[in-house]
Amino acid sequence: MSKHLTVSPSPHVKGSESVQKIMLWVVLAMVPALAWSFMVFGLGAVRTTLTAILACLLFEFVIQKYLLKSEPTLMDGSALVTGILLAFNVPSTLPVWMIIAGALVAMGIGKLSFGGLGNNPFNPALVGRVFLLISFPVEMTLWPVNANSGIDGVTGATPLALLKEGIKSGTPISELASEIPSNVSMLLGNIGGSLGEVSALLLILGGLFMLYKKVITWHVPVSILGTIFAVAGILWMVNPEQYIEPTFHILAGGAMLGAIYMATDMVTSPMTAKGQIIYGIGIGLITITIRVFGAYPEGISFAILIMNGVTPLINRYVKPAGFGRGAK
Amino acid sequence: MLKTFKIGGIHPPENKFSAGKPIEKVQLPKTVTIPVAQHIGAPSKVIVKRGDQVKTGQVIAESAGFVSANIHSSVSGVVKKIDTVLDSSGYKKQCVIIQVEGDEWVDGVDLDDTLVTSTDLDGKAISSKILESGIVGLGGATFPTHVKLSVPQGMKADMLIINAVECEPYLTADHQLMMEKGKEILVGTELLMKAIGVEKAVIGIENNKPDAIKHLTNLCGEFKGISVCALKVQYPQGGEKQLINAVTGREVPSGGLPIAVGCVVNNVGTAFAVYEAVMKNKPLVERVVTVTGKSVEKPCNLMARIGTPLTDLIEMAGGLPEDTSKVISGGPMMGKALVSTDVPMTKGTSGVLIMKDQEAHRKPMQNCIRCGKCITVCPMGLEPYLLMTHSELKNWEESEQCNVMDCIECGSCSYTCPADRPLLDYIRLGKGTVGKIMRSRKK
Repeated sequence: MSKHLTVSPSPHVKGSESVQKIMLWVVLAMVPALAWSFMVFGLGAVRTTLTAILACLLFEFVIQKYLLKSEPTLMDGSALVTGILLAFNVPSTLPVWMIIAGALVAMGIGKLSFGGLGNNPFNPALVGRVFLLISFPVEMTLWPVNANSGIDGVTGATPLALLKEGIKSGTPISELASEIPSNVSMLLGNIGGSLGEVSALLLILGGLFMLYKKVITWHVPVSILGTIFAVAGILWMVNPEQYIEPTFHILAGGAMLGAIYMATDMVTSPMTAKGQIIYGIGIGLITITIRVFGAYPEGISFAILIMNGVTPLINRYVKPAGFGRGAK
Repeated sequence: MLKTFKIGGIHPPENKFSAGKPIEKVQLPKTVTIPVAQHIGAPSKVIVKRGDQVKTGQVIAESAGFVSANIHSSVSGVVKKIDTVLDSSGYKKQCVIIQVEGDEWVDGVDLDDTLVTSTDLDGKAISSKILESGIVGLGGATFPTHVKLSVPQGMKADMLIINAVECEPYLTADHQLMMEKGKEILVGTELLMKAIGVEKAVIGIENNKPDAIKHLTNLCGEFKGISVCALKVQYPQGGEKQLINAVTGREVPSGGLPIAVGCVVNNVGTAFAVYEAVMKNKPLVERVVTVTGKSVEKPCNLMARIGTPLTDLIEMAGGLPEDTSKVISGGPMMGKALVSTDVPMTKGTSGVLIMKDQEAHRKPMQNCIRCGKCITVCPMGLEPYLLMTHSELKNWEESEQCNVMDCIECGSCSYTCPADRPLLDYIRLGKGTVGKIMRSRKK
């Protein structure tokens, strides 16, 4: 027997999970909402998505290869996910150069400056979005109205912005009702908004797929949406003329997109189930606070980024219950 | 709902190719190489010398302490030499090499197959018979059985658990033994109950062996106090602490032994060996070994003598396939990769698994994506990703605080990691170093 044998420590078998597969499942989960955005926002959405994806891939490659002089990790699929998520988070009418600037910030500052996938404390796509939102507030809040509404190319406000404006001017909610889209429209996606946030239904569908593929667990989305719903519900019961009913809050704006796709990012969310629930409640509370009391109509991006920053602390103090360590 | 342990666990592909293959006897080899360190504890002391004539079942190395075991010749013949030889651990160990002349047994051994069900021996006598016969845990850990049976002062056992889980993929030795020697196993279980002084025994079998569950459940009717518990398929259910948790719901405290929760766990193969030792006066000189693998021509279950070269066993399965790249002693999750197939089988060899080229190599590791899957699957409730980081940074104190010593090395974390990180390798490093630090502190 002269054959050389491979010797390595156990285990000698490996499960079928891989980073690439996880990223692929995430991409597949986003396809329905992406397709819907192509339908309602037309070519603008296609252009925005392609620009964001290509820019993210390019920056990942160029920065890794020429600046960091490391082996590019394009094939792990994470840059693709960031690209799609970035596109989801901007209006389809955003100028191309702004999208590229957003991608540069997302990949360069949000991800690679920390050491690439796995080391970034903040969700890269959100870093890009918030950069754009603060730098180009006008372009980032010009929303094309759904093409299905019959009037093409017209820009209008999102439901949340309509609400904020209305309340600021002192109009009671009962009078705003005619301007604000119905919950059914928001569920189906017949509203204005960022590219990927308009159809709550399709986002939920993708979320269920990721749950089935075990890419995400229920803890983060349920605790975020549950908290938003509960707090909004309490406010509504206190004064229904000042505060809108809670279903609106979980269907409007980026709540679904944020709760299902952004906050669940493995890298930037806590490791344990208990930690994820704390994190989710935190995001929910900050979101509703910004939406109701803050200057911005939309708050979930900021809420997620803030809780991303709290994640290492949560990981430090929220530990799994050890076997045989008294915690029955 | 089938029972299983409460936290963690994985379900790797079972690949039990040799299931249902009857146990074949392996021919006696030309020479046997019997290591003196086949068990956990002190290596046994050789009591024969070169040129001695030995018989099958004769003690050739004596137990060298409480945690140690006798070793018997598995053949009759002449002691050719006593030398250090490469064994399945990958190190050279002291071995007794015997030129085989035949199979002439020592006096008093009952080689007949008829079932014997009653004995006059009391618990103590059964224990000392087990000690004499060199029986160790045959699940793979090879802990001397008599040590497990001696309940420490102030503690009380109320239940014997027979480990028939065989949760390692590929292996079918225990399964086939249950199908062929069910009654013997139950008699062995009764003997163990008597030795420990308990009235109740539960045989834990995973649900992927419905025939064994049915067979043993039927036989249990004739035995008082023994029952079968069907378990959900979940690795590492064969781990002692996990099995106790699955069957009784009890949790062995960290750093504690099963007896702390009133349980003693023995492998089903051990129960059979106990039967043979006590009822047939036959010491432990042979065991069932599964030889298997994806390219193996005839995956099989073999009854082979201790000291038989693994090459002989592999021959019985159709020889070493062309595309062999790794040979493992034991199962794919916790088994040991061999440096060479020219090593002898020992009391702890439950299987020989042959892997082909593509399966044998690891993928390059990527950054941790903090998915937390290692935490989800860890049956001990640890944080493998963090323990790996502590090892990388040599943070031994933090590693100890994160309970690195609780790790049972089941490998579920490495198996699951989507970034192909060698978590268990680093955790083992941490365990080794932290263990050393803890021992030096005690001194």
